[in-house]
Amino acid sequence: MTETSETTDSILAPIIAHYGGDPGNLLQILRDAQEALDWLSPETQGAVARRLDIPVTRVAAVVRFYTHLYDTPRGKYRVLFSHNITDRMAGSPALMAHMLKRLKLKRGVVSDDGLVSVGKTSCTGMCDQGPALLVNNRAITRLTPRRIDEICDLIRARAPLANWPAHYFRVEDNIERADMLLGSAYAPGEALRAAIACGPTGMMAEMRKSNLRGRGGAGFTTAVKWEACRDAKGDERYIVCNADEGEPGTFKDRVLMQSFSERVFEGMAIAGYVTGARKGFVYLRGEYSYLRAPLEAKLSEMRRNRLLGMSICGVPGFDFDIVIHMGAGAYVCGEETALIESLEGKPGLPRIRPPFPVICGYNNQPTVVNNVETLCKVTEVAIHGGLAYAGTGTRQSAGTKIISVSGDVERPGLYEYPFGVRVSQVLDDAGAYDAVAVQISGAAGQCLTPQEFGRRIAFEDVPTSGSFMVFGNTRDLFEAALNYSHFFEHESCGFCTPCRVGTALVARIMEKIHSGHGARYEFNELTRLHQLISTSSHCGLGATATNALQDIMTKFPTVFDRRLIKRDFEPGFDLDAALARAREVSNRDDANAHLAEGVDA
Amino acid sequence: MNVRPPMKKLKVATTSLSGCFGCHMSLLDIDERLLELAKLVEFDRSPITDIKTCGPCDIALIEGAVCNSENVHVLRELRRNCKMLVAVGACAITGGLPAQRNQRDVGEILQRCYVDMPGAQGRVPDDPELPLLLDKVYPINEIVRVDYFIPGCPPSGDALWKYLTDLIGGRMPRLDYQSFRFD
Repeated sequence: MTETSETTDSILAPIIAHYGGDPGNLLQILRDAQEALDWLSPETQGAVARRLDIPVTRVAAVVRFYTHLYDTPRGKYRVLFSHNITDRMAGSPALMAHMLKRLKLKRGVVSDDGLVSVGKTSCTGMCDQGPALLVNNRAITRLTPRRIDEICDLIRARAPLANWPAHYFRVEDNIERADMLLGSAYAPGEALRAAIACGPTGMMAEMRKSNLRGRGGAGFTTAVKWEACRDAKGDERYIVCNADEGEPGTFKDRVLMQSFSERVFEGMAIAGYVTGARKGFVYLRGEYSYLRAPLEAKLSEMRRNRLLGMSICGVPGFDFDIVIHMGAGAYVCGEETALIESLEGKPGLPRIRPPFPVICGYNNQPTVVNNVETLCKVTEVAIHGGLAYAGTGTRQSAGTKIISVSGDVERPGLYEYPFGVRVSQVLDDAGAYDAVAVQISGAAGQCLTPQEFGRRIAFEDVPTSGSFMVFGNTRDLFEAALNYSHFFEHESCGFCTPCRVGTALVARIMEKIHSGHGARYEFNELTRLHQLISTSSHCGLGATATNALQDIMTKFPTVFDRRLIKRDFEPGFDLDAALARAREVSNRDDANAHLAEGVDA
Repeated sequence: MNVRPPMKKLKVATTSLSGCFGCHMSLLDIDERLLELAKLVEFDRSPITDIKTCGPCDIALIEGAVCNSENVHVLRELRRNCKMLVAVGACAITGGLPAQRNQRDVGEILQRCYVDMPGAQGRVPDDPELPLLLDKVYPINEIVRVDYFIPGCPPSGDALWKYLTDLIGGRMPRLDYQSFRFD
């Protein structure tokens, strides 16, 4: 064994021991290994495989799947700019160009001394305080050219991240409008004790009365999910909190995990109490790594106060504990079955449903997957009772909803309203004076025109996961559509062909139109691809990948019309330039060695 | 299959760009139906007629990928003259086998084949008569507008016959699953 592999082994041994040598924790082990080693060399991957006694191909498959795991060196400092449209509108492309210039780097290429690389990543959930970047998984917000200069200096000086100024890493809550959830005081254990007073069946009855629906976007009735899990056959049951908030423009779960995590954990414990689950997982997206340590501390505190652990609140047999799992940059893991695969330490490929996770989830056992906000709402139901909860909001959408407002508004941040609030109300409150479009529910959602601003946020009208990106009248919605197409091309997991190939084709066509080679033909192709991808993809990612694009194409026709400048199809690249290399090696420059643009004479 | 002869014979052009002529062989594979086809259509530019330039046509069948400047000229000529342009087979639709070279730099390939290989002639051919290679091999729909695609490597004679008779008969061409599965 060489010296380097001994070092690698001495680093890996404690990490693997910490995770009990369980291959189910492969993703967690690889994350920690990369933290220590900067990248996952074939040697590291081999060592992990040996120690876990699994094939190295399984390790490699996980490394390749997750964007934030690297199988090539990416430098000691790995800088990733958030590529979401709101960050771009706030000036992120110029800042990235500035940084690349200062560091004399090309995007995605490691510096010669192996010190730093600069790249792009999907939305980092800092849309209200962007432009943002991640450096070694730590978020830095409110970037300015000056701050970029300072970061460049720190990197050049090889300053450890721990010594960087703390205010770089400050993440604000920006709660602009508080209601039932954000505005209420928290009394430790109140919700749990209220649930215990009702008993498991009584609490389930309250849940049913409350008509609480999932806040992740799909709006499935929580009580139905819990009942199905409770009644399913299984040796163990699990409660999973989906904190993989990857939808561009959403950041409410980040705030809830940062400042309201006790409620999330209590909500999970109540879910465990009602369904009979004894173990819970929080699946936290890798971009929110900075939240991990405070969350672990909070969990310990709650265990000390007997709000978690064995015999919770002194009730014999009510045992429930929570483990935090980290993601590593994969949007698709927000889909519940992909999330479960990821929890099991595998690539996050969505499963075929049915069976649904409530029957066959984590380790093939009944599993409830709930959104962060939903679990907070559970505590409200426990404290106030189901009927009281159902009293706010609309008929089919009870309670309040937290909306993450970003983009061209004066006061970006979180706005909590009872369901049924009009889009125009949100715009007024946030100070959006020249909005021409609102992208609701992220890149997979719908794009609303000013004529639709009277519509209501509710499952009956405009459902949302919480993302609310506002575009002012100086914005070009084509840029947004292009951004979404790149987002989905990047985030498609590659499992099914319609989505893997379709999203790439959409992105190429969008680039072609962007470069001024577009004709009506491309527009028609996009429509055709939308129909194909949305109807034949394996999971929700593909099914919704072209929604926003299609909305912009149909509701904002001028956005495309003025870019479809060609009368007939033409290639999206310069044919004559495509001959340049052959001209060069054959030393030719005669007339036949060139191709004229357009049709031949 | 019975197809009523149209009032006026349709004109068909066919060509093989960078392909193996397998798709054209498949066309011959429609066997005695060739006689029926000859009643329905007249061939213009095609390896079958050996006509070298294309006049106004109704249907163009394109086999093969776009690999060099000559392929571009031929493809443009057919697009300009034909009402319907059909991509036939894997190479025309996706680049197919010729596109294997897309993994490498075209300059490197030429250098390797004509200079570095043992027994090579020592220099890259530079005759102005020769078409130059494009940097990559392209499917035809990246160069011109394409109206229809017939999948297969090659598409079977039956598939071609069905597609052609549908087009000639003025129907939306449809292939049932059996005619384009190969395993």
